[in-house]
Amino acid sequence: MNTRFAVERSTHASKVFAASIAIVVAALIAMPWWGDPGTMHLVAEMAYFLALAQLWNLLAGYAGLVSVGQQAFVGLGGYTLFAITDWYGVHPLAAIVVAGLVAGLISIPVAFTVFRLRGAYFAVGTWVVAEIFQLFIAQVPRLGGGSGYSLTPAIVQSISMDREIRDVIVYWLALLLVVAVIGAIYMLLRSRYGLALTAIRDSELASGSLGVDTYRTKLLVYMITALCTGAIGAFIFLQKLRISPEAGFSINDWTVVVIFMVVIGGIGTLEGPIIGMFVYFILRELLADYGSWYLIVLGVVAVLVMLKAREGLWGLIARRFNVQLFPVRRHLVRKDAP
Amino acid sequence: MRGLVPSYSNRLNWPSILIQGTLLGGLYALFAIGLSLAFGIMRLVNIAHGDLITLAAFAALVVVQTTDVHPLASLAVVIPVMFGLGYLLQRGLLNYTLGSSILPPLLVTFGLSVIIQNVLLEVFGADTRRLNVGPIETASVTLPGGIAVGVMPMLVFAIAIASLGGLHFLLYRTRLGRAFRATSDDAGTAELMGIDNRHLYALAMGIALAFTALAAVLFGIRTSFDPSSGPIRLIFAFEAVIIGGLGNLWGTLIGGIVLGIAQSIGASISMTWQILAGHIAFIIILVVRPNGLFPRIKD
Repeated sequence: MNTRFAVERSTHASKVFAASIAIVVAALIAMPWWGDPGTMHLVAEMAYFLALAQLWNLLAGYAGLVSVGQQAFVGLGGYTLFAITDWYGVHPLAAIVVAGLVAGLISIPVAFTVFRLRGAYFAVGTWVVAEIFQLFIAQVPRLGGGSGYSLTPAIVQSISMDREIRDVIVYWLALLLVVAVIGAIYMLLRSRYGLALTAIRDSELASGSLGVDTYRTKLLVYMITALCTGAIGAFIFLQKLRISPEAGFSINDWTVVVIFMVVIGGIGTLEGPIIGMFVYFILRELLADYGSWYLIVLGVVAVLVMLKAREGLWGLIARRFNVQLFPVRRHLVRKDAP
Repeated sequence: MRGLVPSYSNRLNWPSILIQGTLLGGLYALFAIGLSLAFGIMRLVNIAHGDLITLAAFAALVVVQTTDVHPLASLAVVIPVMFGLGYLLQRGLLNYTLGSSILPPLLVTFGLSVIIQNVLLEVFGADTRRLNVGPIETASVTLPGGIAVGVMPMLVFAIAIASLGGLHFLLYRTRLGRAFRATSDDAGTAELMGIDNRHLYALAMGIALAFTALAAVLFGIRTSFDPSSGPIRLIFAFEAVIIGGLGNLWGTLIGGIVLGIAQSIGASISMTWQILAGHIAFIIILVVRPNGLFPRIKD
C-alpha cells in the first residue's frame, strides 16, 4: 500500500464559486443593456466600497496595520485627479492611474513616520496624518481652499460627449477597479508574500523568527494599499465631479464604514468584506429614513461581532460548513497510488 | 486697504505665546490623563476617549439646564456619573476585549466612538453648545510687561497640576496605587498575589473617566462643543501622551504644554494653522524621538 500526498489549494466549493463569480461579473458588465441608471449607480458604489474594504482588510487583517487614516489616500487621489486634469490637461482616465502612483509615492514618507508607532497608537497616528493632509489642502487656494473644487465640463466631456455613454464608462470603470483590486490582492496572497503575510497575521513574532522580513512586508503592503486606495479615491471623485477637504478626507465615509464592513463580515479573509459590504448596504437602505441610526446599528453590530464572533459572519459560515471560496490556503490531499 | 494688513506680519509676541500656550497645555494634559491611565494600567488605547469627553460635557449641560446650578457645581454630579460609567464600561464590556490581540479593544472602542457620537447627534442635534460661567470667562489679570492672562485658563492650569499631583499620590502612596502599578508591571503575577484584575481595571477606567469629566466641564466652559467634537479631543490627548512619553504621568503635562505652545504659535497665523502647527510639532517629535520626550513604558 503506497500512500501519497499532494498539496492543493482549490476546493470543490472554490471551483463552483469561481464559476458563479464569472457569471455574476458577466451579468454586471452587461448591466447597461438590462439595468436602469439608478441600479448602475448603486452597483458602482458597492463596487468601490468593496474595493476599499478589501484593501483595509489586507492592511489590518493580514499585515496587522490597523489604520484609521486611509481617508488620507482617498482624498489625495481625488485631489490629484482634479489638479492634473485641470492644470495639465491629463485625460481623466489616465489621471486615475497617476493619482494612484502619487498616493503610493506619498505613502513612503508617511510610512516611515507612522511605522514608529505600534498597535493602537499606529491607528491614531495615521489619523493625525490624514488630518494634516486635510488641513494643508484647505490652505491651498489653487485647490479651492476650504470650500472645494469642481471639475470643469470640458474635462468631464473628454471622457465622452454623450452623458449616457459617460455614465456607462464610469460604471464599467468601477467594475474594473474592484475586479482588479480583488484580483491583485488574491494574487498577492497566493504569492510568497501572501505566505509571509498570513504568517504575520497569525503571529508576528513567530514569523519574524522564521525569517520573514516583517518590516519590509508591511511596508510593501502599506504602499500597495495606498496606491490602490488613491486610484479608487480618484475614481470616486471623478464620479462625484466635486471635491472638498471635508468630503475627500472624511473619516466616516472612507474609513469608519469600511472598517465596520470588514469587521462584521470577517477580518482576515477575502470572503468577509464581501459579506460585510452587503450587510452595510442592506442596513443603510433599511434605515434610510432614520438619519444616523444606521451608523449606530452598524456600530453595535460591529462591537457584538468583535465580542462574540471575532471571525465575523464569514467565520461562522466557514466553520459551520467548512468552506473556502477564495483558495488562498494550502491543504494536504491524500492520493492513494493504484 | 492699509488697515487690512494682518497683525502677524509684526514680530510674534513670544512671552504672550509661551504663557497662553502653557496654560492651554494644562487643559490638554487633563484631556490626556484618562487616556494615559488606561494605557498605563491595562494597555488599552481608548479610541472613544474624545467622545466620552464630549458625552461628559453634554451631561454637565443637562445638569446645568435642569437644576440651574453653576457649571463647576455640576461636577458634583458629572464626576460620580462618569466614574460609574467607566466602571461599568470596563467591567461589562472592555474587560472582554483584553488579550494578546490588539484588534478587539481597538475596534470595540472605535465602534463605541461612532455609537456615542451618533447617539449624541440624535439626542441633542448638531448645534454647538457651551457652558456659561458668567464674568469669570472673560476676566483677566495683566502681568508686568502688559500681557493679559485669563483667569479661567490659569484656573484650568492649576486644576491640571492638582489633578496630576492627586493621581501621583494615588499611584505612589496608596495601597490601591500599588495594586495598579503591580498589575501594570505584570498582570499575571499580580493576579497570583490576590489582586482581582477585573475589578482593578474597572476602577482604573472609572478613575480615568472621572478625570475625563473634569476635563470635559473645563473644556465646555472654554470652547463650544457639539456631538462631533470628540475625535479632535482624542487626537490632542493622544499627541500630548506621545510627545510626553508613554506611561509618564508628568511627561503628559510637558507633552500638553509643548502641544499648547505649538498651537499658540500657529494661532498667531490663523485658526487652521493653530491645529496644523500642533500636528506638525507632534510629527517632528515622532521622527526625532519616537518614544516621546520622557518615555517610561516600552510598548
